Amino acid sequence: MQYEAVIGIECHVELKTKSKMFCACPNRFGGEPNAQVCPVCLALPGALPVANEEAILQVIRAGLAFGAEIPAFSKFDRKNYFYPDMPKDYQISQYDMPLAQGGIVRYWLEDGTTKECRLTRIHLEEDTGKSTHAGSGDGRIAHSRYSLLDFNRAGVPLMECVSEPDIRSAEEAVGFLEALKRTFVQLGVSDVKMEEGSLRCDANVSIRPVGSKDFGTKAEIKNMNSFRSVYRAIESEIARQIAVVAPGGRVMQETRGWDELAGTTHSMRSKEEAHDYRYFPDPDLVPIEVDRTVVARLRSLMADLPIARFERYRESYGLGVAQATQLVDTPQLAEYFDSCVGAGGGGQQAANFVLGDLSRLANETQTPVWESSVAPQDLAELIGLVESKTINSKIAKDLLLRMWNGGGSPKALVEHEGLAQTSDPGAVERFVDEVVAAHPKVVADYKAGKTNVMGFLVGQVMKQSRGKANPALAGELLAQKLG
Amino acid sequence: MSSDNIDIRYVAKLARIELTDDEVERFGRQLGDLLEHAKTLHELDTAAVSATAQVVESRNVARADAVGRCLEHETVMQMAPQRQGAFFRVPRIISEDS
Amino acid sequence: MSETMELSAAEIARRVNAGDISAREVTDAALAQIDAVDGRLGAYLTRLHDLARVSAGRVDARIKAGEHLPLAGVPVAVKDNMCLAGTRTTCGSKMLEGWVAPYTATAVARLLDAGAIPVGKANMDEFAMGSSCENSALGKTRNPYDLGRVPGGSSGGSAAAVAAYEAAIGMGSDTGGSIREPAAFCNLVGFKPTYGRVSRYGLIAFASSLDQIGPLARSVEDAALAYDVMAGKDPMDSTSVDRPVEPAATALRSDLRGVRVGIVKEFGTQRLGPEIDSLYRRAYLDLERLGATLVDVELPTAEYGLATYYLIAPAECSSNLARFDGVRYGLRVDGEDVGQMYERTRAEGFGPEVKRRILIGTYALSSGYYDAYYVKAQKARTKFGADFKRAFERCDLIASPAASSPAFAFHAKSDPYSMYMMDYYTIPMSLAGLPALSVPCGYVLPEGSSRPMPMGLQLAAPLFGEVQLLAAANAYECATQHARQQRPEGAL
Repeated sequence: MQYEAVIGIECHVELKTKSKMFCACPNRFGGEPNAQVCPVCLALPGALPVANEEAILQVIRAGLAFGAEIPAFSKFDRKNYFYPDMPKDYQISQYDMPLAQGGIVRYWLEDGTTKECRLTRIHLEEDTGKSTHAGSGDGRIAHSRYSLLDFNRAGVPLMECVSEPDIRSAEEAVGFLEALKRTFVQLGVSDVKMEEGSLRCDANVSIRPVGSKDFGTKAEIKNMNSFRSVYRAIESEIARQIAVVAPGGRVMQETRGWDELAGTTHSMRSKEEAHDYRYFPDPDLVPIEVDRTVVARLRSLMADLPIARFERYRESYGLGVAQATQLVDTPQLAEYFDSCVGAGGGGQQAANFVLGDLSRLANETQTPVWESSVAPQDLAELIGLVESKTINSKIAKDLLLRMWNGGGSPKALVEHEGLAQTSDPGAVERFVDEVVAAHPKVVADYKAGKTNVMGFLVGQVMKQSRGKANPALAGELLAQKLG
Repeated sequence: MSSDNIDIRYVAKLARIELTDDEVERFGRQLGDLLEHAKTLHELDTAAVSATAQVVESRNVARADAVGRCLEHETVMQMAPQRQGAFFRVPRIISEDS
Repeated sequence: MSETMELSAAEIARRVNAGDISAREVTDAALAQIDAVDGRLGAYLTRLHDLARVSAGRVDARIKAGEHLPLAGVPVAVKDNMCLAGTRTTCGSKMLEGWVAPYTATAVARLLDAGAIPVGKANMDEFAMGSSCENSALGKTRNPYDLGRVPGGSSGGSAAAVAAYEAAIGMGSDTGGSIREPAAFCNLVGFKPTYGRVSRYGLIAFASSLDQIGPLARSVEDAALAYDVMAGKDPMDSTSVDRPVEPAATALRSDLRGVRVGIVKEFGTQRLGPEIDSLYRRAYLDLERLGATLVDVELPTAEYGLATYYLIAPAECSSNLARFDGVRYGLRVDGEDVGQMYERTRAEGFGPEVKRRILIGTYALSSGYYDAYYVKAQKARTKFGADFKRAFERCDLIASPAASSPAFAFHAKSDPYSMYMMDYYTIPMSLAGLPALSVPCGYVLPEGSSRPMPMGLQLAAPLFGEVQLLAAANAYECATQHARQQRPEGAL
């Protein structure tokens, strides 16, 4: 029997605010342990939370980016459970009235096909501190004798995005996560770095016979620390479940941890504990009413989102998947590209320059393209010069280097230094005559039928003209002279 | 009045309070009585009534995203029942829920 | 006792501002009184001699520099559930027995900034859960009017301190009656402002949607003076109300002409016995004599007050008190693993009343019972609000007893429910968030005792009606002068 996977993703994204969710401690990665804490995020007796307005707006913007509904009314709830890295022993979260509901994440795969996954909700909550399990030798919780706690991260705003089970493969899961990542980066709401823990995700995986509409029993996969481990973990879990189900077995509903080294998932909960989070509205915080005009304003400020950009690059400029993805993945580069195209630069040429020569120069000089001396309008001008055959590609490369070093407008450079390609038959003819005179043996070879020496002769004309001669015209004139 | 519907040990587990057998008996009885009294609320018709979480209706109280002062690290660590260097230390964590 | 300690807070502030006496002299007098009587009374858990003298020095310097401070040199007793940086803040619990707060509660900071002198941290029922102070894990506080009786609770230490002239103002917190009931028991004015009027930042939470800080004082004027200083929006407390605070101390009245006072039908006092019944009837007549019109009002939900309160408050407390887990501060009792450490720490650190409430609150929020108990109680709470709204269409203030009996003897209320009944009259106002106060209204002779014990009249106003409420209470107080008729022996 053929099986298909049914996958839903839950991910936690740390927001990029200046301060924490409910207090004014800095929202900063790392630092000396327990040095970025205050009475509020350390849950000292008597301390009270006050919500960070920017974090609320960021979640609303994240929701709008995916077309989610932003309900008029939202509130914070307490999720009660004890855990040492959670200072209050409850987490301020959102239970039944999240800031964003619904929405659709559209994403693409490596072959360029686009897919959709519905979002259930996006809500706002606070992060926990970090525990380090020690005294075991292997850093694993199971054998540790004690744990060390650092509360610097406690209270950092965390956005939880929950998807519907619309994902069908590990590849799609990664595509979905990449779409979230590039959208959040572009919105400036998060750095989305899995390695720093600013993106953490769990996957609910089940399988069912192809064609079935029912859902199988799902396992929740945790501990995936990179997109690659998400891919591997889901692949491995699907294989495991098929191996259980195919011979007639049953998948258990459980939480499973991904083991990067072993390349497998393993059951995590040794003793099944009751979970009763006792959610109730946090009486320390007041409800949020989202003004419709605020929503309208935020929606209107929504820039060109990655999927729209990707499709535009593909459809309008015919860019390949790789080039389009590369541009979209660096929003500033994409904006640079857009400005250049907007100033008249042809799309494919612009992409070639931006991702080719300019990116190389950027690498060499450690200066981002969008901060370089090459204004997008200048690049458009350069492309115009090439397209109008005013200059050839070799001169274009030289010019670009000079522009990078502060040379300014390529048109001005071309005019000042007379670099324009010469298409004046008289001038080119002079160079042709000189070349014919200087290479009698080659000319004789040509006349004897060795027509492949033509390339050499054209090259000599170009050299003689210091690159300015129109090579096509040079070829034509040479052919006439020798023919 | 009966207390048979309260699993006091389960509740104590959720609340993370170790109870002696004597407390289980005593609290179980007292809570049973209290809940019996609380059940009088069911006489109250609240069909058309919304729940009040807060008596003074206010909305959208938030702060601007600005960084303020933290506590001194040593002030923080002096409170710790057990510390190890710059960290708080706790006995091993068995349950893996987080 | 130094005569200075018998001065009102208003008079102390007036003299200190005028330079007739220094804050330091007042402070020394207060500290001397504390040293003289507190060994017997136990109002304070921590005496703040050093801090008080340093604060007094600062106040004197500010006065010298030309500042006018509304509470200049006024000695205050701070209930021990309010953080005061650098001082032990225990909440009356073993859990926090050695904990030194690294920050100061907003309400306390405002009082100190206005020139008040913190002379001590006052005893209280553990985590403010109780009506007698007997639930304190750290000390016993006696009623200055009869050392064999409780001072009330949970703000019993603040009440005893002010009644015994160990402070001019007491800071209390009221969740279901914790300011009003001890004020009644100790012959004081105890004032709970509208929920949200005074910042809760730095007040160790019991039930967040009910907790409110307020003053205990020997006169309405002093209570008003302290209220004027502590009230107002605080950016650190999301639930503090952003609404201008009209000064109350300058708006006090001497008559009640044009004021309609509602007498709640369901609060009939006959059931409290003939002596108490006639005391309150007399009090209502006094209000009428001052020009008020008495009207009958109904609070049909009143009888559900205790049931509602004893679900909501424990539910919130079960969550608020989760943070006392032995990880970051306070008591820790070690265990094999973190779970065992939690359970032992909390078993050892919390007293029986706190455990009871955490358990009932945990239960009320737990899966399967949430709607039946917690949500139902929140809906009942809505009905309280509606009841009062309807009642206040017919009256401006509501008058009732503050407590159903005078201060009782230690150990007299051994079963939890009879103790909970003490809050019968105060809880409805708390559930509706109303401003309410207790003002002395006479004495009764408890059975088998020869010492007359004070009783309190509760007055309540609509939300944010603090000024009208204090103005009316002042009229009643000035006309009746009940508090002056007995001296607290324990203070002498």
